[in-house]
Amino acid sequence: MRTRTLFDKIWDSHQIAETDPALLYVDLHLVHEVTSAQAFSGLELANRQVRRPDLTMATVDHGVPTTGRSLGIRDPLSKRQVDALRSNCERHGIQLYDIDDPRQGIVHVVSPEQGMTQPGMVIVCGDSHTSTHGAFGALAFGIGTSEVEHVLATQTISQKKPKTMAVEVGGHLPNGVTAKDLILGIISRIGVSGGQGHVIEYRGEAIRDLSMEERMTICNMSIEGGARAGMIAPDETTFAYLEGRPMAPKGAAWDRAMADWAELRSDLEATFDSIYSLSANELEPHVTWGVNPAQTTSITGTVPEPDAYSDLAQREAAVRALAYMALTPGTPIVDIPIDHVFLGSCTNARLEDLRAAAVVIAGKKVNHRVSAIVVPGSMQVKQHAETEGLDKIFTDAGFEWRDAGCSSCLAMNPDVIPAGARCASTSNRNYEGRQGRDARTHLVSPAMAAAAAIAGHFVDVREWS
Amino acid sequence: MKPVERIVGTMAPLPRADVDTDQIIPQQFLKRIERTGYGQFLFHSWAHDHEGTPLPEFIINRPERQGASVLVAGRNFGCGSSREHAVWAIHDRGFEAVIAPSFADIFRNNAVNVGLLPVELPEPIVNELLTVAEDPTAEVAIDLVGQTVVAPGVDAVFTIDPDARRRLLSGLDPIAATLELEDQILAHEQTRHDWMPVISS
Repeated sequence: MRTRTLFDKIWDSHQIAETDPALLYVDLHLVHEVTSAQAFSGLELANRQVRRPDLTMATVDHGVPTTGRSLGIRDPLSKRQVDALRSNCERHGIQLYDIDDPRQGIVHVVSPEQGMTQPGMVIVCGDSHTSTHGAFGALAFGIGTSEVEHVLATQTISQKKPKTMAVEVGGHLPNGVTAKDLILGIISRIGVSGGQGHVIEYRGEAIRDLSMEERMTICNMSIEGGARAGMIAPDETTFAYLEGRPMAPKGAAWDRAMADWAELRSDLEATFDSIYSLSANELEPHVTWGVNPAQTTSITGTVPEPDAYSDLAQREAAVRALAYMALTPGTPIVDIPIDHVFLGSCTNARLEDLRAAAVVIAGKKVNHRVSAIVVPGSMQVKQHAETEGLDKIFTDAGFEWRDAGCSSCLAMNPDVIPAGARCASTSNRNYEGRQGRDARTHLVSPAMAAAAAIAGHFVDVREWS
Repeated sequence: MKPVERIVGTMAPLPRADVDTDQIIPQQFLKRIERTGYGQFLFHSWAHDHEGTPLPEFIINRPERQGASVLVAGRNFGCGSSREHAVWAIHDRGFEAVIAPSFADIFRNNAVNVGLLPVELPEPIVNELLTVAEDPTAEVAIDLVGQTVVAPGVDAVFTIDPDARRRLLSGLDPIAATLELEDQILAHEQTRHDWMPVISS
């Protein structure tokens, strides 16, 4: 029998028929307010039903306010969008974690914490960061609205079989270097299109060392390297995370699940279309300097010279990026002052992220010229953090402590970074205008963002006391 | 979806790599619940000043580029977010095809679903087209049947996934086609692992 990768096993077990492109069964369809309205309208125009509302979960995250929720959604367009999702979910019998639900949050935070995301599943959502769920050994990828409609109607998705890429990470992450730095390091090496057409399996010693939340950070940003999906084989860490969660299997079903999950690893002799290897030992804290996540350097580095790029397109992109970011080549990263700090997003707003930031800021004050907010990834994360007293550490330091949502990661809600302002952000994209028109984003880890909030400029968190 | 077979028209060159969907349509324009009306927001931050006044020098704002039906761009076009609004905006603005050395995976799928033809050509040929496209009257002819791109001084053949090609040529509804496989879908549902989650409403 041919050897298979983890990806191959999930792919094969979800193919409805031997077709090209493949038609895959979808075990879980996640829905939010921004990319679903047109899909529901399309369904209704064609007089179709949602085939499996019981395999569909919805939450509101992209456009919801993170403060003053008792006043409702004041942006009339965002309100209309949320209202449309409410009526669509009600009409089709879909579970919605609405704005006042204690389980509301960013869709990619909510599903794992509820135990809906499980190994071996095919999971899709009209959002590119669906790759997050691959951390559990699921095949999870983002889709467009036409595809959302297709999944609603048929519970299947038509896909061309992607290639496989192994990213092997040896060694161990040094102190002060996080999963965020690892994935930024990987993207800076493979480039923003390095994973195009591929599903990445992250493997190796440094990956096995990671907690589930750290693995989610890694898989989340697979799309920033051009790969639609990233995966990590499930292991004891995965099972320990899942056991006891509300939607995780119980009793005899748990035992059957464990037996199936144990098979979910790439065969020893399995081959990948490409392999990229690096050592975690050599990594440092990363800071992006440009307008895509591959335009990254380490905290000990400087803003690069565009001439350092031999590729013409990359050189031209660097020139434009430096103009947008108002940075001069040769400037030490630690000399870049910042105005805003955003601790949030589906990349880095889980409990461990908040803890890591809290350790850095405990007993200190946010720099007088910095405006800093914490937006927990879900209301559950918020509640757990409050149980531990993290909210008090943040507010004492001068951070605002908000309700859950995507917030400043994409600035569809009122949390817009002003034009010209520079933001240290724990999110996933530093594109032009991502956090607000002409806002300047630097992607960093939660600990690095927290330290920058206190210092008012980037600092090497490894030297933080 | 309207079938796509042959596109003949002038071009708008956008010689940049890694054009992300946030640039194609910024987030503040994703709040609508309709599928149409996004063309006015295409490349909004590049095409407008802070007051929302169109910048006359930006390529798609130039009078001589009005009516262009083919966008020519750099590699990895459409990277980033899965927002189909990006394709809707390009299509709504009157573009019927995008030519680039490569496309981001989700963007390419979205384009095919909407009926916007993604044409992938080797970078040197795209660079030639970008040069040809400096002349706003230069026409390009894209033939999806023969998979050819012809413009002054350029005569190229492109490859496209056969299924994407078939769907673009037919314009048929993919959901209807899938629903014909009802028996297979049902059969699969009966083998779905019982430990997998079911969400009660």
